Amino acid sequence: MIELRQITKRYGEIEALRGVSATISAGEVVGLLGPIGAGKTTAMKILVGYLLPTSGTAIVAGLDVAADPLAVQARIGYLPENAPLYSDMLVHEYLSFMAAMRGLDRGAAGQRIRTVAAECSIDDVLGRTIGQLSKGYRQRVGLAAAILHDPEILILDEPTTGLDPNQIVEVRDLIRKMGQSKTVILSTHILPEVQATCGRVLILYDGQLRADGRITDLTRSRSIFIRAATGGAAAARQLLERLPGVTGTTQGDDDDKFQTFRLALGPNGDADATAEAVFDAARARGWTLRELRRDEKTLEQVFREVTEIAEMTQ
Amino acid sequence: MNRIRVVAARELRAYFNSPIAYVFLVAFVGAALFTFFNMQAFFARGQADLRGLFESVPFLLLLLVPALTMRLWAEEAKQGTIELLLTLPARHHELVGGKFLASWALVGVGLALTLPLAMTVSNLGQLDWGPVIGGYIGAMLLGAAYLSVGQFISALTENQILAFILALLLCLAMWGIGTEAFSGLFADRMSAAMRAVATGSRFRSIARGVLDVRDLLYYLSVTFFFLAASVGALRARRWA
Repeated sequence: MIELRQITKRYGEIEALRGVSATISAGEVVGLLGPIGAGKTTAMKILVGYLLPTSGTAIVAGLDVAADPLAVQARIGYLPENAPLYSDMLVHEYLSFMAAMRGLDRGAAGQRIRTVAAECSIDDVLGRTIGQLSKGYRQRVGLAAAILHDPEILILDEPTTGLDPNQIVEVRDLIRKMGQSKTVILSTHILPEVQATCGRVLILYDGQLRADGRITDLTRSRSIFIRAATGGAAAARQLLERLPGVTGTTQGDDDDKFQTFRLALGPNGDADATAEAVFDAARARGWTLRELRRDEKTLEQVFREVTEIAEMTQ
Repeated sequence: MNRIRVVAARELRAYFNSPIAYVFLVAFVGAALFTFFNMQAFFARGQADLRGLFESVPFLLLLLVPALTMRLWAEEAKQGTIELLLTLPARHHELVGGKFLASWALVGVGLALTLPLAMTVSNLGQLDWGPVIGGYIGAMLLGAAYLSVGQFISALTENQILAFILALLLCLAMWGIGTEAFSGLFADRMSAAMRAVATGSRFRSIARGVLDVRDLLYYLSVTFFFLAASVGALRARRWA
């Protein structure tokens, strides 16, 4: 559905993107993550045909964005950063204008405007001047305009910055709803955002793609946590250390009966096999297992690791 | 074509949503009437014509058209709304054309508001309508040329003041190279060429009621050239 092939974008001396490649299939909800200045906005502007890459190709719905921008733009709903809007217009005037520019005829436009206004909960401000709206409303008006033509693809640049927590939840719910029927790419530097809405994340750092994967894969760590009543902590730890794949153990705080261990796995260790071995050992020794689980990294940790590695390799 | 109309309608509304349209119309009509009766001494001359009006209209357009065009793209760039427009499935010439038509319509309204003057004068004496119609046509053509220059300049910057000043200077230069004072400094052939590419002398002949196809083509090609340059400026943004 969407493909970036070796995209490089240079602004004068600055390289905003350096050889970024990624493929996104139809129906995915993808978070574009990275610190400010990582190239998220540039990548989105290239996808919507607002900027041309210095080299490389962006493909959307089988079309080269640079060669056929209009056909691509007809399929995309785009919300630029900070949701720019014509502040002198009334909300319904603005939506009518966008609908007419998208080629919707008057009757269909009225129908669609009512539908998207209800979806984005802006029906009560349709008659207000855009310049007088709160940031939350403006953001939702921008979103409503982006989905007017029922596009297959939604590209949202920082859709929740500047909103208060309640508004963030509203916009997030809206994006999740959109994600059920559309391909969505959203950029953010707020991590919980991605966790709440996206199935997959692309992490950009300094113009390069540093990580790409499902959130569940990226947050899966290479350690296993065990809480069990083993009868003897030292013996148990020795045993655990010898299990396949385990490169180290640490013992956590114990109460009188239960001990906790954390098994570190080597880079090639099979976490599932190790977990099964732990279970077998526990059964053989008659341990009472309370917990046996793969540790989860928070997305913050993933993000920090990725960006720290990036800094170290420079 | 439909999108041109949609853009033009939005631009017109934007003009009237802000004070610009009103300030332009009041300034244009007010200054036209003031110069007609005072500086061009309509009553003292004792002639039932509108020569006084069409003497001052080129200068009024020169001063006021840049005020109409300065916001056309600079404001969009400043507010970020240019990103909305340029990511719509619309061709650049549709956007440029729509904005041009809106600004041209406003100039047309300004000129139309001076029509009562023509009615009045024709009541006072035998008005020769030829030069009057020629004057209005010439003013619309001259206005179109200035508007396209202004739009082009506005597409180059996000600073409206800068857009105003540069458009004013460029329009002034296009007028000025044809004036006696300036072209007289050059040899005959050169000065004739300068008058030919200048915006002024052709206006004077149209305003005398002499409608020459070459003059018409001149204004249309200047307008077309700068509108095409505006499209080029928008296209170049993608390489930013």
